[in-house]
Amino acid sequence: MRTVNTIRTSFKSLLRNPTRTLLTTLGIVIGIAAVITMMEIGNGSKTSIRASIEKMGANSVMVMPGSMQPPGSARAGAGSAVSLVPADADAIGNECPSVGMYSPVVRGSGIQVVFGNVNWEPGNMYGVAPAYLDIRGWKIAEGRRFTDQEVDTNARVCLVGSTIVKEVFGGASPVGSELRVGAVTFEVVGVLQSKGANMMGMDEDDVVLTPWTTLRMRVTGLKTGTATNTSSSVSDNPGERFAVSGVALYPEQDSRTTRDHLFYPRQTQINQIIFAAVSVDKVAQATKEVSALLRERHRLKADQDDDFRVFNASDFMNMLNQTSTLMTNLLMGVALISLVVGGVGIMNIMLVSVTERTREIGLRMALGARSRDILKQFLIESVVLCLAGGVIGILLGHGASLLIEKFARWPIESSPGAVIAAVVVSATVGILFGFYPAWKASRLDPIEALRYE
Amino acid sequence: MAFISLRDIEKTYFLGEVDVPVLKGISLDIEKGEYVALMGASGSGKSTLMNILGCLDRQTRGDYFLDGEEVGRLSGDRRALIRNRKIGFVFQSFNLLPRTSALENVIMPLNYTAQNLSNAECRKRGLAALEQVGLADRAGHQPSQLSGGQQQRVAIARALINRPPLIFADEPTGNLDSRTSVEVMEMFSQLNREGITVILVTHSEEIANYAKRSIHISDGRVVSGVYRRAGE
Repeated sequence: MRTVNTIRTSFKSLLRNPTRTLLTTLGIVIGIAAVITMMEIGNGSKTSIRASIEKMGANSVMVMPGSMQPPGSARAGAGSAVSLVPADADAIGNECPSVGMYSPVVRGSGIQVVFGNVNWEPGNMYGVAPAYLDIRGWKIAEGRRFTDQEVDTNARVCLVGSTIVKEVFGGASPVGSELRVGAVTFEVVGVLQSKGANMMGMDEDDVVLTPWTTLRMRVTGLKTGTATNTSSSVSDNPGERFAVSGVALYPEQDSRTTRDHLFYPRQTQINQIIFAAVSVDKVAQATKEVSALLRERHRLKADQDDDFRVFNASDFMNMLNQTSTLMTNLLMGVALISLVVGGVGIMNIMLVSVTERTREIGLRMALGARSRDILKQFLIESVVLCLAGGVIGILLGHGASLLIEKFARWPIESSPGAVIAAVVVSATVGILFGFYPAWKASRLDPIEALRYE
Repeated sequence: MAFISLRDIEKTYFLGEVDVPVLKGISLDIEKGEYVALMGASGSGKSTLMNILGCLDRQTRGDYFLDGEEVGRLSGDRRALIRNRKIGFVFQSFNLLPRTSALENVIMPLNYTAQNLSNAECRKRGLAALEQVGLADRAGHQPSQLSGGQQQRVAIARALINRPPLIFADEPTGNLDSRTSVEVMEMFSQLNREGITVILVTHSEEIANYAKRSIHISDGRVVSGVYRRAGE
């Protein structure tokens, strides 16, 4: 029997009972729609993660202090320990062959900026070295970047992001303006090019960058600890610092010695070190070198945990991808169950249809249809039914993900692979669950079938 | 050898432990171009014989030669092909597909022919067949829009679509009133005059009178009509 005619016949017989056809295929519609929506959302989040990683700089690596565990109390979160100092950053830059540019990062949180009568608390305020801009791939839209010399001299200059320009300066060019940061007045020397939201959905343009020395020395103060141990202060006098009660280990310093040998605030803490590996494929190597160097510098014994953590962009991406893959797989499982349930519905209705059309089957056999023609006819009918459900499901699923994009603002990406998979899956469901009814139809005895009332 | 040749055909139904013999040794010949009525009371076995003749059922014993070929032992697919190419069926209850136009009903058997006719060719042949039964103007009508007589004529057109040498009509007038019965029977006579072998299955003497030879079946045996009437 010619396939084109069979397909036309099956369309006709399906349209003979549109309500039943629609209800029958509903399971498939829902299953396929769920698959499509999941795939589109999954792909969208993967793409946006990859894009923001690339925006962050694919070969950039971050070093953060490890978690702190004060004796006898619970371990605090990552970054709570005070373990990174500016000298660590210099050592990383100078001693690790796989590391290219580097920059210390000082975070200023909860600091307001003031311009005219506008108060604003930037989402991000970082004290950095100029290399930071290159590592993060951040370009200057207007004005200039600050220089290494300005870092050395604690210069009061800053760069602002486009959100700051819009919110604080009302959209006018801020270059040359004076911006008060905390209690200190800074000159705005440049505007950063807009980057948009990062992978967590936070606005990256809501940012103020200053030389790290300026932010640390002039704005946040010489923090030597965090909220958990602010009370501890470190004396500059080595005799006091390493005091063993009653015994003077070092000769007493007179006032002049103290003045001449000013202790550089060794404990000046920095929040992060960011560096770029010399190339993308050297990221792992650089990470290893930096870990080894920092363990040595921090005098960690072999059995001690790292007091710092090294993140690179691809680790971060993998972490985020894992989460979204897990979610996608879970929901895929649900969608597959729905497809199986839908398939059982199809089988049920096809069995009803075979019984209803027993006479027609007998007639077709009497007029020359072979069993395989009957088998083919009913198989095609169930495949057409499932494919119709699949197509409706694809449209519905795509519509749903468009709505999600519009209202929930999740990134989606339409996926041709998912569409092909959906078509293949629904055709397979049609063949799998349509086979038994079709086989039953093809085994009918034409004489019995013709006599069936 | 005759066009249709039955030799000691037996048919037994095996219902569990009981064997029910329905045909108990039937031998007869039918030549090409004959017009035969197969008669018998219900339960006589005439329907079973008709099913065997129409290649819908197989005999238990004996040989059935159709056009020189033993068809009882052919595969199901071969028998389907023979039904398609050599035999036209007309049923008592018309058996047209509902909600399908007369033309589509008529060309339905063409779906199962081996030869590949184009759609246009199929429609042309379907229209020609409808023309033959005088219903060319009703090609687009569905069965529910046609009278009983018209439906039966559509069924005849369907039986003719593959130009078979043999037509079976199983109580073709059973669901028709007497006036349309006459029309339909005239049509079979006309087809017979054109050279087609017609086998009628009926229990009505009146209808059987259209045929040129009557074969009476009773209790699984032929009781009369084994031989052709003298002078034909």
